[in-house]
Amino acid sequence: MTIPDFITAFCLILGALLGLTGGVGVYRLPDFFTRLHACSVTDSACAFLILSGLMFQTGFSLATIKLFFILVFLLITSPTSTHALAKAALNSGEIPWCQSQKER
Amino acid sequence: MELFIDITLLTFLCITAMAITVIRKLFCAVMLASIFSLLCACLFVTMDAVDVAFTEAAVGSGISTVLMLAALNLTHSREKRPPHQPLVALLVVGVTGIVLMYGTMDLPVFGDAAAPIHHHVAPRYIEQSPLEVGPPNFVTSILASYRGYDTLAETIVIFTAGLSVIALLGIRDRYAGRPIPSDRSAMKDYVVLRIVAKMLMPFVFLFALYVQFHGDYGAGGGFQAGVIFASGVIIHSLTLGRDRTLKAFPHQFLRGLATVGVLIYGGTGLASILRGGNFLDYSVLAATQLKGQHLGIFLVELGVGLTVFSIMILMYYAFSYRREP
Repeated sequence: MTIPDFITAFCLILGALLGLTGGVGVYRLPDFFTRLHACSVTDSACAFLILSGLMFQTGFSLATIKLFFILVFLLITSPTSTHALAKAALNSGEIPWCQSQKER
Repeated sequence: MELFIDITLLTFLCITAMAITVIRKLFCAVMLASIFSLLCACLFVTMDAVDVAFTEAAVGSGISTVLMLAALNLTHSREKRPPHQPLVALLVVGVTGIVLMYGTMDLPVFGDAAAPIHHHVAPRYIEQSPLEVGPPNFVTSILASYRGYDTLAETIVIFTAGLSVIALLGIRDRYAGRPIPSDRSAMKDYVVLRIVAKMLMPFVFLFALYVQFHGDYGAGGGFQAGVIFASGVIIHSLTLGRDRTLKAFPHQFLRGLATVGVLIYGGTGLASILRGGNFLDYSVLAATQLKGQHLGIFLVELGVGLTVFSIMILMYYAFSYRREP
């Protein structure tokens, strides 16, 4: 097992773990914003790790460039979409969940 | 491994379809339909049908979702319960489903080399298309050259559909030159969204052009390129406001463009008649057969791209401008 293989394995396993936590988070967390937080982690960190893990496997070729472009595209768009969703929810009257809400 | 992927995707597909039928919130149904298309696209990829998957992803989960969301603007967000239990309808659907399933039993197994479809014209397409037509991606050769008539009809179908939507809904120029009263589409306070959209739009257009002109060599072609270009314009309209989009792409211009697209396609056919060939036989368009085919496919794909692009935008206009202020 060479060093790139090792890096790929590390990235893929970590990315898959983050994806899993994202899925569990969307299922378990209490309200819209916390769920959004969970799936934004999946969107950005998980995709980032998996794509960079794959980039170590392709060597330096056209596929690497394509993966890099997809990576840049995702790094720009997924935080933006999370931001837009959160803002739209806040504007339409969704109140973030907090501990003190039970007492109110 | 491929079996495992297929089973997972098909299970998700079934769950999504069931959810669409059960759910009453139309917004959720639209989103689920988009997921359904995306899963279909994944299935097409596992079958190595990249061009079809590309089209499905661009049309099914991309622009038709946007068009349906725009159409939701005109209606209620919940599906009304039917006044009676439609048992007869369930019976008809059930029986049809069973008959269709019974019909699939006679079909050859997927990937069966002895299936009739692999012995009719497919071998010729695969073996002869580099010599007869030229493009390395023989899906493009089949679509634009061997099956040019079908694609012409498809283009005309899209054109007619767009015309019908405009004829039914109409595009009102009520905001021409004036600020929109309650401009929800301009997203004044969504600064991040506007900046990111401005940053990405040129790349979306560039990618559409790449798909349009690279269709001979890789996956892509006029249909996908038109849809991607249209989605770039829709991003423009969603983030910067309808007024500015209408200024950049006036609907009279788009109507003309849609017609020009169909005319380019038909005109290529007529040109090949005038040069002594059959209708849509591009071989006679240039000095050699391959050059003629290349030119013909280029023109035809351009026509398809123009028509699809302008019809998609016009449909979007028709749905989103209809809203009463």
